[in-house]
Formats: sequence, structure tokens, C-alpha cells
Amino acid sequence: MSTGTTKLDVVVSDVVPVNELVTRFHFRRRDGELLPTFSGGAHVVVEMRDGERTRLNPYSLMGSPLDTREYTISVRRDDVGRGGSLFMHNQVRPGLEMVVSYPVNLFSLDLRAKKHLMLAGGIGITPFMAQTAQLAGEGGNFELHYTCRTASLGTYADVLSERYGRRVRLYHDDREERIELDRLLSSQPLGTHLYVCGPAGMINWVRDRAAALGWPPETVHFEHFAAPQPGLPFDVTLAVSGKIIRVGEQQSLLEAIEAAGVDPPYLCRGGVCGQCETNVISCDGKFIHNDHWLSEEDHRSGRKIMPCVSRFEGKSLVLER
Amino acid sequence: MAAKTIISRPIYGTLSPQPGKHHLFVADAEGALAITDMAAEAPAGFFDGAEIVFIAGPDGKYGAALEALKPAQLHIAPSFASLLPRLKQTLANAHMGLRLYLAGTEGLIGQAMQVALEAGIDHTSMQTEHRGSLARRMQCVHCKGITENVTTQPATCSHCGLLLLVRDHYSRRLAAFQGVCINAEDRSEIPPMEEIFR
Ligand code: FES
Repeated sequence: MSTGTTKLDVVVSDVVPVNELVTRFHFRRRDGELLPTFSGGAHVVVEMRDGERTRLNPYSLMGSPLDTREYTISVRRDDVGRGGSLFMHNQVRPGLEMVVSYPVNLFSLDLRAKKHLMLAGGIGITPFMAQTAQLAGEGGNFELHYTCRTASLGTYADVLSERYGRRVRLYHDDREERIELDRLLSSQPLGTHLYVCGPAGMINWVRDRAAALGWPPETVHFEHFAAPQPGLPFDVTLAVSGKIIRVGEQQSLLEAIEAAGVDPPYLCRGGVCGQCETNVISCDGKFIHNDHWLSEEDHRSGRKIMPCVSRFEGKSLVLER
Repeated sequence: MAAKTIISRPIYGTLSPQPGKHHLFVADAEGALAITDMAAEAPAGFFDGAEIVFIAGPDGKYGAALEALKPAQLHIAPSFASLLPRLKQTLANAHMGLRLYLAGTEGLIGQAMQVALEAGIDHTSMQTEHRGSLARRMQCVHCKGITENVTTQPATCSHCGLLLLVRDHYSRRLAAFQGVCINAEDRSEIPPMEEIFR
């Protein structure tokens, strides 16, 4: 569908419930060949054919990069989301043929680091499953701190503890265990790189403290895919293709553009990679920018929008697409 | 300031105060002025967590100017070689959050950077500012000997005596520019020697 991503024809080889919220999905290539190699932190975009609609959601690959017979992802059910995770939980069964994109890595390890300090929150553990497997294979130095709501929601906490022992530290919200972040950050040897994946609040907290404590920005890596937020429907004119489209309440602007037969580039569909950046030709109304890509100045200027996560409210909007 | 010619040629910036509590400065000669200039825009209390290591050079100037900044620690050393063990020790015991500032000649910046890279600091995370002499540290590609403070083009290798063209090709690993024999075909050909890396 997009020029930016090449597709893989896969079949669901296994569906495994992990806990009350999370299910794991395994994919193999339909032709029985090996899948393309990837590095820890990579994601794929999974296409979901849900009746009339095609949903495209990004999920981190959590298997070991050393084993490309299958790809595995873990999906946390979100009952109030737009339905992608519910589709995965309710409709996807072993044997179903699906399409996923080639892996893209927007959260890769910096292998020059002397040590890798990883902070995960909730389902943000998935990229670290692959990264720790990759580092363990290479004898890399890492330490993982994982916060979850309760022990039973500590997805893969048992697997990780068993594999890596004291290199994994768990924190449970219901026991009021909290990462002593300042102490942790201030005691790391020179040459440590920091990786954080979890809810936006956690990422902001960690990035702020790291910056304040003198960590150079080049050493702080984070991943947060914002899911597209629902909102009021709005109309958009696409100047280049000459189309007028309506963006539904539950639809993202990117999805509406795709549904109209235009093929815009994307990689993350989560407002972080910059691929889908689109120029605004004219507008009368206000933008609801939800991305982490554009600068604040870009946001204020009203000249650019990231259609994968951002919306618009107002009378008219003309985009260069 | 040195111009950017080829990709390996280092580019230096202007020191600016970075966020954090621990700051390590390594400077020689006029590099001290980069520190005192930066101090003018540093927030109050900035030097409370700063350590300055300074090679004063033959005229021994600027030590007092640095002392006036009241850093937590100030060490004045006669040469880079003499401060090397101490610098290595400091970096080995340091934690993330230490910010590094290098100021002065290319030779000083390059050698200190090399030690810092080994300690795990990425070169993009270091603040550098070139001040003072443009004299180069040069490696002879033939005998591998290093000649310090090269100011002329061509230059004579202090180890094997070959006449070398000092290239802009810089090795971060060696913290040195490469010198290549300029008259390999005919040793009797001696191009005029000019002082250009002052
Ligand atoms: S697709 Fe990555 S920012 Fe929109």
C-alpha cells in the first residue's frame, strides 16, 4: 500500500494468551522461507483486514533476532482504543493469512555503548525482549528495569528473570515499588546508553531527569508510538491528487488518505519517524498535533502536519498530497 | 579557526555550559580563554562541580584566571603526558552525567578526546573549542612515528627523517594528522618549507 514499506505474506502460526491483557502472535512466511533479519528494537506494521476497513498497526518484534523462522509480537488489549488490538485478540487465529511490513528499526541499540541501561513500562517491554536476546548472544553488558502494575501483569517478567537473573529488576505499582531514577542514572559508568519504552508519562520523566543529570541527548533513546486519537470528523482537500475526503471519528487522517487511493509514505504510524510529514497549503481552523516529530515551532506555524496521528478541527484544510 | 576540508578533518565549536552537575575541563595555553569566556554565560554555581586540568605552557599564563573561577578542583600540569594517568583515572571512575570540555590546541583536543573515547564518551557529546596554535600532531605513515607541534608544510619526520606532506586526513584513534612522503620518487627534490600551521 505504501512505497515506504515492502510487504511480507505470512501466516499466523500460533496465538498464545500471556495474561489477562496480553496475547502473543507468531508469524511464519507462507512460502516456508526464512524471514528477513532484523535488529533488536525493530517493529513491523501489521495489516488487519477488518471487513471494509484495513487497519495498520505497528508492533515491536519481540523474538530473538538470531531466529528468523518466525516473527513474534505481543498485543495488549485496549478496550477503549480504536479496535486494532481488539481485532487481533478476537479475530486472529492460527492459520490466518496476514500481511506484515518488512521490519523497520527506529529504536536500535547503539552498539558502541559500554553498557545498555533499559527502562520498560508495561507493554513497553516488547522491544527489550529482542534487544536483550541480541545483547545476551553477543555477551553485551545490559541491565533492565521493568515497571508493571501488578505481578500478574508483568508480561514476560518471569521469562526475563529466569534468563537474565540479577540483570533484571522488577517494580510493581501495587506494591508501591518505584524506580529510584536519579540514583540509578547517576551511578552508571561512562559510556552507558539509556533506552526507555513505555507510556508517554514515563518517557518524559526519564528524558527530563536524564537531561537534568547531564546525560548527553545522543545517549538517550526512547520509543513511544502514539496511537491515533479519535476526534470530530473533518473534511480535507488533497491538492495534488485533486480529491476531497472525509476523516471519520475513529479514522486517522493517514488512513483516510489511504482509503481514498492515495499512497503516502509511512514507517511508524505513531508520530515518531517523520516519514508521513505533509505540507499544509491552506487552512481555517485549528490543528490537534499529536506527534513527537515536528518541532513546537512547526506546530505553531500551521504549515505541516503528521497525518498518522494528528487531527484538525475547523472549516477547511488543504494538504499537499 | 581551522576550515573543514575533508571529512576526517575535525571541526571544533565553542564551549557552552551543558546541563548537569559534574564538568571536566582539559585545556592548554590559550584554551584557558575559551573557559573564561564560557564562564561569562555559565549559570551561578556552575564551577562548584567543575574540575579543570590545565597545561600552562612555557609562558605559564592564565593559571590565575582559571583559579579566579573557583572550580572545585584545579590541576596545573607541565605536559599532556604528565596528566595522562590522572585523566584516565578520573574518567575510569566517572559516571554518566560527567560533561567533558576540551579547549586549546588541536594536539591537546585530539589526545584528550582519544582518552575520553576509550572511556566511552561519544565524540559528539564532547564540547571542543580550538584556541591558540594551529600546530599539528603528525603521524608519519612510513615509520609510524609521531611528531608533535608540526607547524610547517612539508615537515620533517622527527623519527625517520623523511620529508612529509602534512595531510588534512586525521585519525581520531591516533589523534594525529597523516604525513606522507612528498619526494618519494626523487629525494633530491626539496620543495620550499613554509610555516603554515601557526
Ligand atoms: S508515519 Fe511515522 S511519523 Fe507518521
